[in-house]
Amino acid sequence: MTVTKEAPPAPVTAELKVRKPSTRKRLVPYWLLLPGILWLLVFFALPLVYQASTSVQTGSLEKGFEVTWHFQTYWDALTDYYPQFVRSLLYAGTATLLCLLLGYPLAYLIAFKAGRWRNVVLVLVIAPFFTSFLIRTLAWKTILADGGAVVDVLNTLHVLDVTSWLGWTESNRVLATPMAVVCGLTYNFLPFMILPLYTSLERIDGRLHEAAGDLYATPATTFRKVTFPLSMPGVVSGTLLTFIPASGDYVNAELLGSTDTKMVGSVIQTQFLRVLDYPTAAALSFILMAVVLIMVTVYIRRSGTEDLV
Amino acid sequence: MPVLRWIRRNLIVIAGLLTLAYMILPNVVVMVFSFNKPNGRFNYAWQRFSLDAWKDPCGVADMCGSLSLSLQIAVWATVGATVLGTMISFALVRYRFRARGAINSLIFLPMAMPEVVMAASLLTLFLNMGAQLGFWTILIAHIMFCLSFVVTAVKARVMSMDPRLEEAASDLYAGPVQTFLRVTLPIAAPGIAAGALLAFALSFDDFIITNFNAGSTVTFPMFVWGSAQRGTPVQINVIGTAMFIIAVMVVVVGQLIANRRKNSAR
Repeated sequence: MTVTKEAPPAPVTAELKVRKPSTRKRLVPYWLLLPGILWLLVFFALPLVYQASTSVQTGSLEKGFEVTWHFQTYWDALTDYYPQFVRSLLYAGTATLLCLLLGYPLAYLIAFKAGRWRNVVLVLVIAPFFTSFLIRTLAWKTILADGGAVVDVLNTLHVLDVTSWLGWTESNRVLATPMAVVCGLTYNFLPFMILPLYTSLERIDGRLHEAAGDLYATPATTFRKVTFPLSMPGVVSGTLLTFIPASGDYVNAELLGSTDTKMVGSVIQTQFLRVLDYPTAAALSFILMAVVLIMVTVYIRRSGTEDLV
Repeated sequence: MPVLRWIRRNLIVIAGLLTLAYMILPNVVVMVFSFNKPNGRFNYAWQRFSLDAWKDPCGVADMCGSLSLSLQIAVWATVGATVLGTMISFALVRYRFRARGAINSLIFLPMAMPEVVMAASLLTLFLNMGAQLGFWTILIAHIMFCLSFVVTAVKARVMSMDPRLEEAASDLYAGPVQTFLRVTLPIAAPGIAAGALLAFALSFDDFIITNFNAGSTVTFPMFVWGSAQRGTPVQINVIGTAMFIIAVMVVVVGQLIANRRKNSAR
């Protein structure tokens, strides 16, 4: 990193011509950056290097681990755990899509329809955050419990028959099925979708809607041709803020799912903290990181927005 | 059918309110079940009304200890991340320097990475250094992942500031320190406050990174996680409900004060 290198000459403006800034002044940005960047280098970047080295080590806890450039670990991790990988991406992708479908109307409501209730609704969106998300996730165990109201209603409406046929639920059960996990993921990451959506919708000039209406666009056309394209930055950052954490999450899968719904985060946690197979855990988390980074990069390129969050 | 027409016209509002209900429902359940008297060790099924847990919120072994530990870590992580993040934001917006691209991506990357990846790699570092896992390793981790979020929040505010205000201050013979304290800082304050609030919420509620790097130390989220296996005491719901009520009250009081100020300024 070039943090300590000398500063480039400051831009020459009228007042600076009179007196060249002292070296002390030119170093100001570097002093401002130094502690924070150093923190990120030591506790974010350096650990990744350590992990890269761990992933190509072999050995055991008793004898110690040594770097042997054993890339086979990556292949073994992939072949052993590809169901969990596929499941993670599938669940996270479904939850992201659901967040967008559920979150968009609410963000739209806050931005355009809430009027003087806007702040109240915004508080209601953020307030659940203040109860620990683990407690709230446990509440879903009560809501989706066998024989509970939700399961009864879905049963009466024959929704569970359809979802069981699709393999999302098991007969008369929602808890401990993929549907429960996706439901929990969607719930937990909805605010991360709604807030960016709201921010970008709120910036839209209301007169554009009127203009579209004046030009004989139906409300649906106005939405498709004006509102939605203008809200794209919010859609992009919202989907990223939902998908990235959801893909690595293991809390919902562990609390609301079963052994058949394990996600890759669970595997990394178990390998690292219980099995103590550090190379496999390191390889798994590197694969996850690579997959997510590649997907994110491609997605950002395709959607054509560079400014994020 | 007028009803159908009404539904069609208000479709967005109805859909939005349904989503809102979906988001609030678990909080309602948590609140209702804080008055439950469960039969077994788990508080998942309603039995009968009771105020027992509210009368004795710290009646569960280790719970309030873990709560106060989480609060302490959250406060220090907020202070650390806010100070470091604000410094970075000012450097990014106000100065030119080399390696700007590299620094921007170093700040962006922690937000673009699944938490479990950072958690595992940080633990690798600590194990290699032979660090004692506990309070300090948790604090280090929390400052690390809160930093980027603070930078994003503060940067947005500093970018929208009018630099002419500071020029005006120095034209009026304010020194650099005076200008910073009396002009720059007050204008940037809402951004810094937003960043600090975000850092506090993220740190207090963090589970995955903490779980990896805590050793045998137990924070409040870790206590809740453990109780999902051992049995969930009703007191967890009491704490959850109390936190929710306190937060809503802080927001409402803050809004009232802001409104009054606005009115008296007129």
